[in-house]
Parts: sequence; C-alpha cells; structure tokens
Amino acid sequence: MEAAFYIAGIVAIVSTVLTISRLNAVHALLYLIVSLLAVAVAFYAMGAPLVAALEVIVYAGAIMVLFVFVVMMLNLGKRAAIAEGQWMQGSIWVGPVLLSAVLIAEVVYLILRARLPEIAVGVIDPKQVGLALYGPYLIGVELASMLLLGALVGACHLGRPVHEKTEARYDRNSDGARAHSGGNLIRAGIGRTPDAP
Amino acid sequence: MTSPYPIVAIAGILIVALSLAALLIWLERRLLALWQDRYGPNRVGPFGLLQVVADMIKIFAKEDWIPPFADKGVFVIAPAIIMVTVLLSFAVVPFSPGIIVVDLNIALLFFLGMSSLGVYSIVLAGWASDNKYSLLGGLRAAAQMISYEVFMSLSLMGVVLLAGSFSLSAIVEAQKRLWFVVPQFLGFLLFLIAGVAEARRSPFDLPEADSELVAGFHSEYSGMKFGMFFVGEYLGVILISSMITVLFFGGWLGPWLPPVVWFLIKMFAFICFFILLRASLPRLRFDQLMSWGWKVMLPLALLNLIVTGAVVVAWQ
Repeated sequence: MEAAFYIAGIVAIVSTVLTISRLNAVHALLYLIVSLLAVAVAFYAMGAPLVAALEVIVYAGAIMVLFVFVVMMLNLGKRAAIAEGQWMQGSIWVGPVLLSAVLIAEVVYLILRARLPEIAVGVIDPKQVGLALYGPYLIGVELASMLLLGALVGACHLGRPVHEKTEARYDRNSDGARAHSGGNLIRAGIGRTPDAP
Repeated sequence: MTSPYPIVAIAGILIVALSLAALLIWLERRLLALWQDRYGPNRVGPFGLLQVVADMIKIFAKEDWIPPFADKGVFVIAPAIIMVTVLLSFAVVPFSPGIIVVDLNIALLFFLGMSSLGVYSIVLAGWASDNKYSLLGGLRAAAQMISYEVFMSLSLMGVVLLAGSFSLSAIVEAQKRLWFVVPQFLGFLLFLIAGVAEARRSPFDLPEADSELVAGFHSEYSGMKFGMFFVGEYLGVILISSMITVLFFGGWLGPWLPPVVWFLIKMFAFICFFILLRASLPRLRFDQLMSWGWKVMLPLALLNLIVTGAVVVAWQ
C-alpha cells in the first residue's frame, strides 16, 4: 500500500505541473482531473476509502465536469492557445520558479530530518467518518451547509425569471434597451411556460 | 465473499459482459421490430443471430478516420474512457456468492464514482470533434448527466440506510426477507429513471438526438471508435440493469435455481424493459428534461431519504 501511495503522489505532482504548463485550457483540465484521481488513490492507499470515493464523485466527477462545461462554452480554440503561449514565455517563469524552489528545498529538508510517520493507520470505514462528522465536527458540517444554502439562494436569485417591473426600468435607463427587453422576454418566456404546446 | 480465483472471475465477467453487449445489439433490433410489428434482422444465421458477427466484421473493417480539425489526442481517448469506466464498474457487481471481482466496502460509491467519470467520455468526444452538433451533444450530455447523478445517488441512500452498508453483497444479503423494491418503491422508480438518463437511453437520448443533432457527440466518429461508444452504451444498459437487480430485487436470491441464473433472469427482464422504453416513448425536450430532474425528481429523492431515515430511527 505504501508503494501505491508514493506512486499516486508522484502522478499527482507531475499532472499538476502539467496542468499549470498546458496552453490549451481543456488539456490543462484533463491533467487536473488526473491529479484529483491520483489524490483519490493516495487516500485509498492511506486507508480512507470513503474520502477516496467522495474525491472521485464530487471533485473529479461533478466539479471538474462543470469546469470542462464552461471552458467548452467559451470556445477558446487555437488562437487562445497561441496567446497563452506568448504570455508564458521566458523571463516570466524565473521569479515563481526561484521562490518555489526555495519552498521545495525547505520541504525536502523537513521531510529528511523528521522521522517518517506511518502512512496507513488502519482502514477507516464510512461509519466512523459519519460518526465523527455528526459528533465532534458537527459545527463544521452545519457551517458548510449554511454556506451551500447561501450559494443555492444566490443561484436561485440570479436564475429567476425577470419581472415586468425590472424590464420597464431597463427600457428607460439603459442604452441597449431594445436588446435587453428582447433577451428578457425570451428568458421570461422560458422560465414561465416550460411545457406550452 | 470474493472469488477464490480472481483472474478467472475477471476474465469470465469481461467475456460474458462484452459478448452480452454484442448480443444486445441483435436483441434490441429484434425486440424493437417485434413491438413495431415488423421482422428485424432475420437473414444471417438462425433467427438472424449471426447479424452480430456480420456487424462486427463490418465495423472492424471500416476506415477509422480522424478528422483533420479534431483535437487528436482527446478524440482518441474519449471512446476509451467510457469502456474503462463501465467495465471497471462491473468489478464490484456481485453476480452470485463467489462470482465477484472485489467486494469493496464502498462498492456503491465506487459505482457512482465510475458513472460520474463516464460523463467525460461524451463531453470530451463532443468537444474534440470540433463540430457544432457534436459540441451541442456534449454540452447536453454534461448538463443532463450531472443533474441526474445528483438524485441518482440520493435515491440509493434509502437502500444504504436499510442495509446499513455500502457493500453490494451486504445489500443483497440484507434482502433475504424482503426485496428492497417494496419498502423503497419510490427510490426504485427514481433510480430507474436516473439510470435510463445515465445510460443516455431513449427517452433521455438527447446528447445523440438524431433528428436535431445529426448523431450528437459521435457524429465525427467512425470504425471501431464509434463501435466503442456503441458497445459502451449497451454495457451501460447491462450495468444499470444489474445494479437495479442487486439494489432492489435481491440480486442472486431466489428459490430452486442456482444464484447466477436468478441474477441473469432478473437482469434480462430489466434489459428488455429498457428496450421497451425505447420502443414506446418519444424523446423529451431538453428544458422538460432539466426541469423534470431538478423540480420533481430531486425533491422526491430528498423526501424519500428523510422519510426512510425517520422510519429507520423510529424502528430502532
């Protein structure tokens, strides 16, 4: 299991570096997905199967799909990759590389000096995670749920059908009045009658 | 509970699943024909059974063309993803005591994780083809599968609550007295609908709606790469049918016959049901699909979870 952990760790590091250095946004996202999967394998090797499964379902399976979805909608294409290539040239790398080299040196030093802790502390089954979450860490669960509720309310607010009043205000105040009201009418129509004949 | 000879189990399950998927192509065409009052393929071999072989030879011999405007690497890897994720999911399906590759204690979550990774196949195929119809198919697939995954996993949590485990063989064992379809009927319906949507079968086949998107995400695919999407879809149907069998209909449990036979009988019943759905229902419109998922199915799944939880607590 220890070998699996280290191999997964190396895969995660390499794919994360590739994520940063890719010019094409979708390719970068693919490497990020690989990195998340590698982290999931590392969790599994450490004896946390539930966290590994949730890493795959939530991060790799849901959040990253949304990222890919948005990048697909942006339709970046070859010109964006060329522009990225021009931004990422030469001297711009020097500063970040030097600073992170210092950090890596520190991390290596600390790891070499400290006695390596045991990786596997035994398998932690889903029940134990649940008991811990709804026992000592209840406040964290509640805070996270409040945050998510806030996000949900915000999304509902942004996605609501536009009312007549706000539409009229758009007509008076904004320059592109016609375009605005047209768009709003279409959106309101979709929102109101999903199953009109 | 894990098989004593894992390699034999792996090889056996792979061979059976892949040949079943190939056979399903014939079965679907025959059954669709039956329900539409015509014959279907009946020329090649007895009952047209060798039609599968003929189709295989044809699809292998076809030119495997990669469009020059496509993103080559992603284009090639996309059909492989769906095969890998679906076949990996079969590793946790308990066909009978002893015929299972690995009996994980998070098997159900493993299945959900693999099915959520399967989305990438469709989305990336749509993107890499660099074709507006494919891209629309890919976008639809992403939105549809993410939405339906949410209540797919929620609908299963009732079963987990009753069985007290994520392990699929433990779930089957917990149904010795009563199949979960009885106490979890709502959960079963929700999972059935979500499963059809996850397998992108009619009436939820919007990512490849032929009449509006040419062939959706696989418009640009030919030869065996197209074949992999095709077989992947049928493997998905087999997988969802076996999951329904395991989670709600007692898996291998049943009197007289050997356990594997019971499993296959139940699984085949659901496969035929999937084909019947395709023969009888029209395709949904996309906004109907989304609002149905979020406004009806998700609240019902949450309600099912809350009521089941309350009953389980009250029982103890």
